[in-house]
Amino acid sequence: MSDASTFTTRSIQIAFVAIMIGVWYGVTTTGSVTPLFLPPIDAVKSAFIRLVQTGQFWSAVRVTLTTIAQAWLIAVVLGILVAYLVTRSKFLVAVFEPVIASTFAIPLTLLFPLFILFFGIGPNSKVAYAATYGFFPVALNTIAGLSSVNEHYLRAARSMGASGFDTFRHVLFPAAFPVILTGLRVSFFISFASVLGGETLSSAAGIGKNIALAAELMEPARMYAWIVFVICITVTLNFVVSAFENRRREY
Amino acid sequence: MLDTGAERPVAVSVRNVTQRFAAQGAAGTVVALNDISLDVRRGEFVCLLGPSGCGKSTLLNIIGGLFDASEGSVTVAGQPVKGPSPKRISFIFQESTLYPWYSIRENFDVSFKFQGVPKAEWEGRTRDALAAVGMSRFIDHYPNQLSVGMRQRVNLARGLALDTDIILMDEPFAALDEQTRMVLGEDLSELLAKTGKTIIFVTHSLAEAVFLSDRIFVWTARPGRIKAIIEVGEAHPRSPDFMLTQRFGELRNECYALLRDEVRQAMSLERDAGAPASAGA
Repeated sequence: MSDASTFTTRSIQIAFVAIMIGVWYGVTTTGSVTPLFLPPIDAVKSAFIRLVQTGQFWSAVRVTLTTIAQAWLIAVVLGILVAYLVTRSKFLVAVFEPVIASTFAIPLTLLFPLFILFFGIGPNSKVAYAATYGFFPVALNTIAGLSSVNEHYLRAARSMGASGFDTFRHVLFPAAFPVILTGLRVSFFISFASVLGGETLSSAAGIGKNIALAAELMEPARMYAWIVFVICITVTLNFVVSAFENRRREY
Repeated sequence: MLDTGAERPVAVSVRNVTQRFAAQGAAGTVVALNDISLDVRRGEFVCLLGPSGCGKSTLLNIIGGLFDASEGSVTVAGQPVKGPSPKRISFIFQESTLYPWYSIRENFDVSFKFQGVPKAEWEGRTRDALAAVGMSRFIDHYPNQLSVGMRQRVNLARGLALDTDIILMDEPFAALDEQTRMVLGEDLSELLAKTGKTIIFVTHSLAEAVFLSDRIFVWTARPGRIKAIIEVGEAHPRSPDFMLTQRFGELRNECYALLRDEVRQAMSLERDAGAPASAGA
């Protein structure tokens, strides 16, 4: 993209954010929305400042981010492993790919109470739930990526005596990487949403728990302070992931 | 000095190889190769010339141990082939099989790693092979930054760098335009004259076959059999002037006369089959 058009798209994006903030400011100062639904920006800002000063803020952030990281790591490792095993034969792909795809279509949120039952109210149930949800996009994309690798690349590797692991590391994985990366990205945001959602539904700690608690205690300013914080984290992570993706998609 | 090579030891020996594939959408099988026997002597350059789908690439894959033959056997330097033998046989394929996610240097490195070459030799062998094809300055380029002709030159260099006694080439120049193809052919002839390697080369091109080979095996349409063996009997390296000689023209015409009916038959086979002939291509 040329510099000029990058500048234009960026300007529009920034204008969009500015308008949203403007609308927020407008509706709260004119009093057309009750502060219980949407508190004024100033109130949210001071609630956020108070929040950051409490030790409980950082411990909640740490719990949630650790849970997300663990869940995503498990999803990625299991997803790639399962996809590798399934793509060992066309028959296995024909059998398991539709099974994995249709399981992913089930709203796994329905099973959330089971995760609480099995793993308790602590972070483990959120790790298990988010890892389960995050597993599917990794597995499905990796299966798609690995089964579409050019046959000639594999034949060349075999003729040069490549071992199974070397073939995976130097041929299969890099060839499938652009498709796998899409799966990793989707999986990350699903894990993120699942952990926060799970914490909101049933949890002893974490950001989601605090948002639910603020809502129950009728403290909208504090709830919005948390929500704005989560939005900031998400936008930042999205930038990081996109930058990484663009760098790796060169070939 | 003309060396017909008749007294040299046999490098590759193919005995009664038959290959069948399951026919698509039918209970029967397609016979791709029908009772092929041939010997290739050490240091010889042999071309397999035949119509599309006659099974010559299949035979190459069987010799290289990438496919198992339905019947018959292949021995390389006296030992039966049971799977790839990267220390003795390397392949150069048509599609540029350089990995686009690695630079040229990394492509060579990973090939050496696959083949089990000690790491200390990687750098030197890469530089020598690239220098031999005049591509040294592209060592840190990515394959997609090179033209198709340059890529195939590098691909050729990689095949040579693996330094096996036997090289199997599956239509390495098929994707190139004719001019690039002839120039690469001349380079290949020169390179190979120095190394004394045994080459089996699959091609559709009559001129390429006559220009490069010591012997040409002309194939029938599927099921593939060897119809005739033509001795070229011209010392390597061959200069482009060879192509202007009367003998070159005669050999080319002889090949064409042998092939003409087979190509027509291969085409009619495809038409009668109704469905696209995919097996054994």
